Amino acid sequence: MPGKLKAKIVAGRHLPVMDRASDLTDAFVEVKFGNTTFKTDVCPKSLNPQWNSEWFKFEVDDEDLQDEPLQITVLDHDTYSANDAIGKVYIDIDPLLCTEAASIISGWFPIYDTIHGIRGEINVLVKVELFNDLNRFRQSSCGVKFFCTTSIPYSYRAVMVHGFVEELVVNEDPEYQWIDRIRTPRASNEARQRLISLMSGELQRKIGLKVLEMGGNAVVGYLQCFDLEGESGLVVRAIGTACTLEKFSSGSASITCPHPSTAPPSNACNSPKDGKELVFGEELPLSSGPPTPFRALPSSSSSPPPFSPSKPCSRQSSSSDTDLSLTPKTEEPLSVRRRPGIFLCPSSPILSADTLSLPGSGPAGCGHGSAHRATTPALPFSTQSDSALLRKSVSFTEDLLLAASGMGSGGSAGKEAGPLKTLLRQQTQTTLEQREFPFFTLTSFPPGFLVHVGGVVSARSVKLLDRIHNPDEPETRDAWWEEIRQEIKSHAKALGCHAVVGYSENTSICEEVCILSASGTAAILNPRYMREGCLDVGSIDHRFDDPSPPNCGFCHIPYDELNMPFPAQLAYCYQCRRQKVPDVLFTTIDLPAEAAVTGKGCLIQARLCRLKKKAQGEVNATAISNLLPFMEYELHTQLMNKLKLRSMNALFGLHIQISVGENMLLGLASATGVYLTALPAPGGIQIAGKTPGDLNNEQHVAAIQKRINDAIAKNKELYQINPPELTDEGVGSPIPEPRQRSRIFRSHSESSDELSELDLSHGKKDAFVLEIDDTDAVEDIHSLLTDAPPPAGFHSCSTETMPGIYNWTSGIQMFTSVRVLRLNNTNLTNQGLNKIFTDLCENLLKSFYFKLRSTVPCCLCHLNFTVAVPEEELVQVSVTAVAMTFDKDQNQEKPPEKATTKGGSETEDQLQFPLELSADSSSTSPQPSKISGVAENTIVSTRAVSVDYGSFADRCSTWLELLRLKAHTIRRGSVKTSRRTQSLAHSVSSLEHCSPLPEGRSRSLCSSRSFGVGSVTMVKMTPLSFLPGTRIIKYLGIINMFFIRETTSLREEGGVSGFLHSFIAEVFAMVRAHVAALGGNAVVSYSMKDCVLMENPNKNQAQCLINVSGDAVICVRETDQEQTTNTGQTCGTIDGAT
Amino acid sequence: MAVELDVFVGNTTIMDEEVYQLWLDGYTVNDAVRARMEGGVLDEFDATADVLLSDTMDQYRTFQMCERLLHSPAKLANQLLFQIPPHRQTMLIERYYAFDDVFVREVLGKKLSKGTKKDLDDISAKTGVTLKSCRRQFDNFKRIFKVVEELKGPLVENIRQHFLLSDKLARDYAAIVFFANNRFETGKKKLQYITFQDFAFCAGQLINNWTVGAVGEGLCKTKNNMVEDMDVDLDKEFLQELKELKVLITDKDLLDQHKSLVCTALRGKTKAFNEMEANFKNLSRGLVNIATKLTNTKDVRDFFIDLVEKFIEPCRSDRWTAADVKLYLTHYTNSAHILDTFKHQVVWDRYMGVIKSCIFKMYHD
Repeated sequence: MPGKLKAKIVAGRHLPVMDRASDLTDAFVEVKFGNTTFKTDVCPKSLNPQWNSEWFKFEVDDEDLQDEPLQITVLDHDTYSANDAIGKVYIDIDPLLCTEAASIISGWFPIYDTIHGIRGEINVLVKVELFNDLNRFRQSSCGVKFFCTTSIPYSYRAVMVHGFVEELVVNEDPEYQWIDRIRTPRASNEARQRLISLMSGELQRKIGLKVLEMGGNAVVGYLQCFDLEGESGLVVRAIGTACTLEKFSSGSASITCPHPSTAPPSNACNSPKDGKELVFGEELPLSSGPPTPFRALPSSSSSPPPFSPSKPCSRQSSSSDTDLSLTPKTEEPLSVRRRPGIFLCPSSPILSADTLSLPGSGPAGCGHGSAHRATTPALPFSTQSDSALLRKSVSFTEDLLLAASGMGSGGSAGKEAGPLKTLLRQQTQTTLEQREFPFFTLTSFPPGFLVHVGGVVSARSVKLLDRIHNPDEPETRDAWWEEIRQEIKSHAKALGCHAVVGYSENTSICEEVCILSASGTAAILNPRYMREGCLDVGSIDHRFDDPSPPNCGFCHIPYDELNMPFPAQLAYCYQCRRQKVPDVLFTTIDLPAEAAVTGKGCLIQARLCRLKKKAQGEVNATAISNLLPFMEYELHTQLMNKLKLRSMNALFGLHIQISVGENMLLGLASATGVYLTALPAPGGIQIAGKTPGDLNNEQHVAAIQKRINDAIAKNKELYQINPPELTDEGVGSPIPEPRQRSRIFRSHSESSDELSELDLSHGKKDAFVLEIDDTDAVEDIHSLLTDAPPPAGFHSCSTETMPGIYNWTSGIQMFTSVRVLRLNNTNLTNQGLNKIFTDLCENLLKSFYFKLRSTVPCCLCHLNFTVAVPEEELVQVSVTAVAMTFDKDQNQEKPPEKATTKGGSETEDQLQFPLELSADSSSTSPQPSKISGVAENTIVSTRAVSVDYGSFADRCSTWLELLRLKAHTIRRGSVKTSRRTQSLAHSVSSLEHCSPLPEGRSRSLCSSRSFGVGSVTMVKMTPLSFLPGTRIIKYLGIINMFFIRETTSLREEGGVSGFLHSFIAEVFAMVRAHVAALGGNAVVSYSMKDCVLMENPNKNQAQCLINVSGDAVICVRETDQEQTTNTGQTCGTIDGAT
Repeated sequence: MAVELDVFVGNTTIMDEEVYQLWLDGYTVNDAVRARMEGGVLDEFDATADVLLSDTMDQYRTFQMCERLLHSPAKLANQLLFQIPPHRQTMLIERYYAFDDVFVREVLGKKLSKGTKKDLDDISAKTGVTLKSCRRQFDNFKRIFKVVEELKGPLVENIRQHFLLSDKLARDYAAIVFFANNRFETGKKKLQYITFQDFAFCAGQLINNWTVGAVGEGLCKTKNNMVEDMDVDLDKEFLQELKELKVLITDKDLLDQHKSLVCTALRGKTKAFNEMEANFKNLSRGLVNIATKLTNTKDVRDFFIDLVEKFIEPCRSDRWTAADVKLYLTHYTNSAHILDTFKHQVVWDRYMGVIKSCIFKMYHD
């Protein structure tokens, strides 16, 4: 009897009229937990009943406490007929099970009905008394904290990061059960909501158990998803990163820290300089865990050649076993192909896809594969002779699990695989297996943690869904993900990396076809962190003997230069001059805090539609898997083009989504483009015609070339990209080989007469060539140039924050927008579709800018686009993002902070900071003309075709002197400014000391606890892990809610738009109410995982499912006392998101 | 290609005041888009008509969903569906309950019934206020009327508390309720020149001086529990007492005495003295007759028309200035105190205080 749950029903308000005769309601409440139900008295004839019930007590297992929600049903008493339900409230009591989270749930909850929406509110009190449980074999995992935040949560420090945890549970979907034919839609919806709530509870509990087994106490970056597989069932799956977290009180930590040696970690949040030493390490000896793979990894990562499949035997056998048993006919090609597929498909982060080398690698793969389908992925590379670079590792597992829907085959498969799988599952429980995947769902890390970043690794697999026969043994789904993860792992290895960070998984389902996708960023993590755990002293001085300065190290290639898994174009790092860097870097993580960035970043999107024939079963799956590589390739080309057009060289927060519909595939890639100072300047885009003789064509080409060049120049200005390329020779660091040098200058000369000289051979090619002879390319170029930049005052990015903006003010506005387009035209071409899709996305962005125009200057952060093809002719795009205001005048506030904290290790290399800073300031505010002169010159020099090298270098050095001087003055000056703002902020905040009030800067965005009139707590929501201008003092628990809404009076509710509008508003309201009841005032890391809308306007019906999650927190305004340290803190949070 | 669905929902509900006004004014979505385009939003911000349409639709939907809450503004503050900062809530309510003076002038004093509602399209055509806006305003009147009808206590305060309105707006609504309750005639041609604000002022005077609630606080406390509409109905006792004033015109001596006192005081102070002297008996008879007849509901309704016919028009035809009127009424009121045989000083003051300020407010072109 480890827990006592107590609930009290206080009152209701704004209830709907249930009795037409009296215009009143006789309401009472049923409180249910597990199988126990209590009832309140009937409060007759009132729309605002006061029940003030006794405390209802439930004595339950903590296992149930974790799985079950508290279910509160409000009913209208009817003497003669059955009582009518008004609505329900589900309360997840998980937050109460954690001593550090909330202690009581108390507040007004919207009473929700799946047919009518919110119908009044109910005031409820919930408490839990937990008894100490010493049972070692318990099935519960109370006390494990969950965070959606994909970084180490604020005010915690990671004692240890244990690694990847995953789990999935399956069940039959109530909507597809036979009973659904005879029950009301309301009953069906409620059964579904309840089931999903139960399943997520169970899932969380199971993950918690794994974490406890690993010796951790928290899951960070918890990502839970639902797969509504229709007939074949309902899958709830989750991944996360197990950690041991330790809370520290921010103020006193540095003083009261018990071990001086661990001082840096404990005051981590106070100063980024010595803080943020989140020590990732293996378990302490006292825990019984076997040796961690981390320890083994650095050594093992180099040993297997990237091309050899290095899967553990058990895995291999199991997966092939699956294939064998289920698809006897295709067994051979499948099992063989999959492994070559890894590199056959461009599995390189830095694959400089040269026309010469790629066909080479293509056939090589084919040779391995020897399957008819295996050659297809290579096709685009060998046929299209343009030299697009593919920088991601992509692969397609086409193993269709053709278990079909027949009971017989499925049954037999189960029999054959059964014992082995059970064994496997048991193994999975062991910590050894747990560490099999060195994956991290985190996207930001403490400085120094990431040593090198290889590039994006991703894997997709098309599967045919079959019925899940035994929900208790969901091996099939497990095995599917297992395969994909193995692939990801081997991709990472191929890149010479031992870990994958920023890892995520998702699915797209259409009828019986399912595309599973996983992606992440291959990386090498600091081995010191791994080995020495939290006890090391070395974590402080490591940065001094670290071969590469921390702010450019992560750009350096992790793989062996001589033994590269793919042909790539390397250059010496533009910051340290010591290590090689790739010319372009794609990642799924947030920009590391220490990274030096030139100018500002921007949102870069690639959008793509591909028509597909309608088909069934295996044929359909084959068609889809054949299309996938083309889509990946094209998305990639688009990203590349757009990146070059903006004169940037790296993508962060890359998320590629491929959605499957009955007759088309949609691909959407979003990322934040930046100019990493450490990477070489991107070359321009060259337009080439195939038939040089044609005069008309030449002119056309020249015209387009001019437009592109203009666009590049404009973008450089827009994003303030004035790369300090002059440091190249000026600093006197190791000069690249002559070839590289010429390259640098060649890149500036893009005039058409260079065209003939264009050398496509490996190593020299820096300009990006687009051929415009085929219509596709014209289309590409067209779409390139039609992407409108955000209007003045706006910025947008897909990452947490915008590189280059540091002085956020407290105004935020989170929003969700959904748009569905009906394609009436049945005879659409790919091009036509692309245009429509691109316009759809662009128009959405334009709408956001317009709606938020009163909040400028602001940045739309974490723009998260989700595409879906809900029906044959429908395209749905959902976006959740947050608009954050920033202060334009103090653009320099942050960099100096950074500069001073890094003061100790500041070297020549870090001159980029001041330099960038001055460039920044020159364009944003009137600054000494000399500096702006320099900045201008910088642009000129990068573009000039013929620069006299001698004088060039001379000027460089003088500029450098000047810049250094200026940088210092600016630094001092802006420190002063920041102080002044602090004292200003003080005067404001001291009034409202400790109350979660934002400053009233931007009125329309500002939310504040309402005084007097309103009794409703303002709850802020943001998809980011922090709230600007505030400090999170407590995490109250995870919010994970699933709602269904259905209507049979669609027209009356204002059509689908009206229906969805009110539903989304209701979901927000319910999230806010739960957070407020937990005592919180904000939700961070909020996300809308699913928004599935089904409509039938002819029947006047619609149904929608929404799943949202986030972390409930209490945050307070930064007060003056902490302000001085907190400015640093916020900054840390902003870039490190720690 | 058709946009099947297009929604934008902010955690803090985004509301554009300009669009809100257009919505309140009863513009259709398309008209609103046109109006906004003409307003130049597109010029100051680079956007297409599509964007504007999408935005307008979103806002309209939001307003429609909010409308239910605006009907009982107290709910707006503690509802959970929309997160609206308090100052925005205040704006929403204040604007929602704001009305067009031209419109209210048309329905002032009319019964707030279904019948009147049917005439709204005529009023709409006449005033140029869209029918939708007319309906909203009319429904607001009716809603507030219904709520305060059942409430005890001071009218203005009740309105302000229940509808969270500003003092000014609450007073205006009190006037509307008061007029509707007493069914004052305001539609006659002769009264057309009087604006709503004039009437609202007069209503305020009547509420503050002639209703049960207006009687001194201490006295009222005891009555409070018994009297239902203390601010809405005129004080019946007072109206009875007004009959006593009749002596001023029926008693010949008193009338002459009164006249001579007033004339003495006025002599040399105004150019219109002769007219005043000539008209004294007429005017005095007019005012006192109004007072004595107020016990009849019918005559209460005609209160304003009587004031105009019996006093304002004669004065105006004699070209009295506003100052003349004030001067005359002041002395007319005060002189009655000196009359030895006139015993109804308190009632006289209570009556004339209101009459004086009403006439003064109404005396313009």
